[in-house]
Amino acid sequence: MPRELSYLEAIREALVEEMRRDPKVFVLGEDVGAYGGAFGVTQGMHEEFGELRMIDMPISESAIVGVSIGAALRGYRPVAEMQFADFISCAFDQIVNQAATLRYRYGGRASVPIVVRAPSGGNVGGGLYHSQNPEAWFIHRPGLKVVAPSTAFDAKGLLKAAIRDDNPVIYFEHKYLYRRAKGPVPEGDEIVPIGVAATRREGTDITLLTYGAMVTPSLEAADRLANEDVEVEVIDLRTLMPFDKEAIFASVEKTSRALIVHEDVKTLGLGAELSAVLMEERFSSLDAPVMRLTYPDTHAPFSQVLEQANLPGANTITDALRRLAGY
Amino acid sequence: MRQSGQPALATARPHRNRLLRRDVARPHRFGQAIGMARSIGTAVVSAPDGVPSAGAGPDAVTPRGMMPSIKRTKFKLSHQQLLEMYYWLKLIRAFDERLSTLVKQGKVRSGVYTGIGQEAIVVGTCFGLRKEDYVCPLHRDLGTFLMKGVTARAMMSQMFGKATGLSKGRDSALHSGVSELGIFGNTSMLGANLPVAAGLALTFKMEKTDNVVVAYFGEGASNVGDFHEALNFAGVQRLPVVFICENNQYAYSVPIEKSMAIEDVAVRAEGYGFDGVAINGNDVLAVYQATLGAVARARTGQGPTLVECKTYRWHGHSEHDKAFYRTDEELAIWKSRDPLTTFTSYLEGMNVLTGERLTEIETRVKSAIDDAVEFATNAPDPAPEDAVTDLYA
Repeated sequence: MPRELSYLEAIREALVEEMRRDPKVFVLGEDVGAYGGAFGVTQGMHEEFGELRMIDMPISESAIVGVSIGAALRGYRPVAEMQFADFISCAFDQIVNQAATLRYRYGGRASVPIVVRAPSGGNVGGGLYHSQNPEAWFIHRPGLKVVAPSTAFDAKGLLKAAIRDDNPVIYFEHKYLYRRAKGPVPEGDEIVPIGVAATRREGTDITLLTYGAMVTPSLEAADRLANEDVEVEVIDLRTLMPFDKEAIFASVEKTSRALIVHEDVKTLGLGAELSAVLMEERFSSLDAPVMRLTYPDTHAPFSQVLEQANLPGANTITDALRRLAGY
Repeated sequence: MRQSGQPALATARPHRNRLLRRDVARPHRFGQAIGMARSIGTAVVSAPDGVPSAGAGPDAVTPRGMMPSIKRTKFKLSHQQLLEMYYWLKLIRAFDERLSTLVKQGKVRSGVYTGIGQEAIVVGTCFGLRKEDYVCPLHRDLGTFLMKGVTARAMMSQMFGKATGLSKGRDSALHSGVSELGIFGNTSMLGANLPVAAGLALTFKMEKTDNVVVAYFGEGASNVGDFHEALNFAGVQRLPVVFICENNQYAYSVPIEKSMAIEDVAVRAEGYGFDGVAINGNDVLAVYQATLGAVARARTGQGPTLVECKTYRWHGHSEHDKAFYRTDEELAIWKSRDPLTTFTSYLEGMNVLTGERLTEIETRVKSAIDDAVEFATNAPDPAPEDAVTDLYA
């Protein structure tokens, strides 16, 4: 049996291994030093790497990213932590205007190898400002890459890929998965390349495109449909920008039906883009309209009753798959 | 550098007394400053104490509680160095003036935010820097690029949006940088260069080198959150960075008294745990002296300093701005404090600048600008397909 780690431990292991491998890698963020991070991701790292590589930052998200950009311009590979993805809005300008445009306006003579880690997602009772899924804002901005692992294996492998990538990468780590997602994680370099999706379940009847914390309920729903003789292919996108067109097209060409499931809200979420791309480029392969099951266009409420009403789950995904199968 | 083709105000709101307030209280010391030349040797300018003011301007004071010592930093400059400073002042002025003309002629589309009237700050701050030091200029500091080693041809190409420009036509002006020369190019979000400057300085601290970062911002940008976040972090980490405030009295159309309830931006440094000092930003030697002091502190691990340079921009915010929000009288007063003409008189008074030297420098400047314009005019446009390249490494 290979060794198992939690999603959170896998993130930490990627950080530790990359920092040991490359002295130019360092971590900065709120409470990431001696305290070990709000979720404990960086626990124990301060002792090994010291306070100049595990920098406790003031509550200054814009500076956390701005400082990262400055260091990146001098050849460093900073990993900036937003304590919650919700707080990334405070760093928005540095990410979308400073980092995302820099290579372009420098005429290709420079790059910004930073990673912004953003603990995202709901189902943890976080309320409006500790539950958000703001990935679409960054997918929409050229110059950025966006990843969102769903397993411990990918959490490590994608973070390593993100750190070694020469572009700004927004790394959405789902809080619900921190301690719930566990799995085999090899020691050392098992890089999960950016831009490559993973087929989590093969099927011939419906393609289900999803990512992050929606992968597990999607697989559960797919298993239920199998009892009804509908074989669902579940694709975990892993990278949201640039998403894996090749894998998506290959699957839809086989199944002729596609359902997109995400925890982000519906309007102009990634599902809207995937749907549009399928319409433009694989219209002739489709036997049914591309469907979406997402968070409704609302905020993330605190009450468990209200939050559960919003979150897609195995039951609602099952219903959506049945509707699509019967189209 | 938020652009607008339209004037911001419907009617002019002159501030007749605003900039004269300090002059009434403390007449500026043009003659007195020139008198300081008595202590200057024949071979070098030295400043054992006091301010060897070469220019005229409001007598900028050191705010209460601030450490004034950097205003008395000792320095020596040879005649050759003084003439070199003079050349830069002339070149940067000429570059901006030519750009202004080119906009009027429709040869440069936009993106021209001149620093005419503020050149002493660029020259005074950059003159003593090393190649390894980093500058993070604001949008009027085109001269920092030139002084750090970017050619006039490349800069002019950048303004023309040509393929030979720093950003290959992707953007104009100072939105591009040159890492090998230690130049950071900011966005149009004023003050957004300051956290980046702190990041650059952090790497110098990590590497235990004594290189420094010089980061520029206007008094207007000192109201933005990034200013606070960057200076606070720089103070906490004692980073080797010198923050240069170019207080030109107006944030586009809004005068300083409508955007902050203090008179000197320099006092803001106290809130971040380091020293701030206000100086006459139209006096190239005063700027040089204060920068030298601040840089020396940064190089020796003493952390950041804020140097506020009081100045004035002669043109509007951009070349499209008629600047009717200020009076002719106010502009005339500040033109009488021209950093270039006052430095000319100063050097002439010291017999450093002779007619022959002046002609030589003016010829060099003119040919450099003419050559740059000719080069940029004839340079190729970017290829259309380059609108979508260089997005990712």
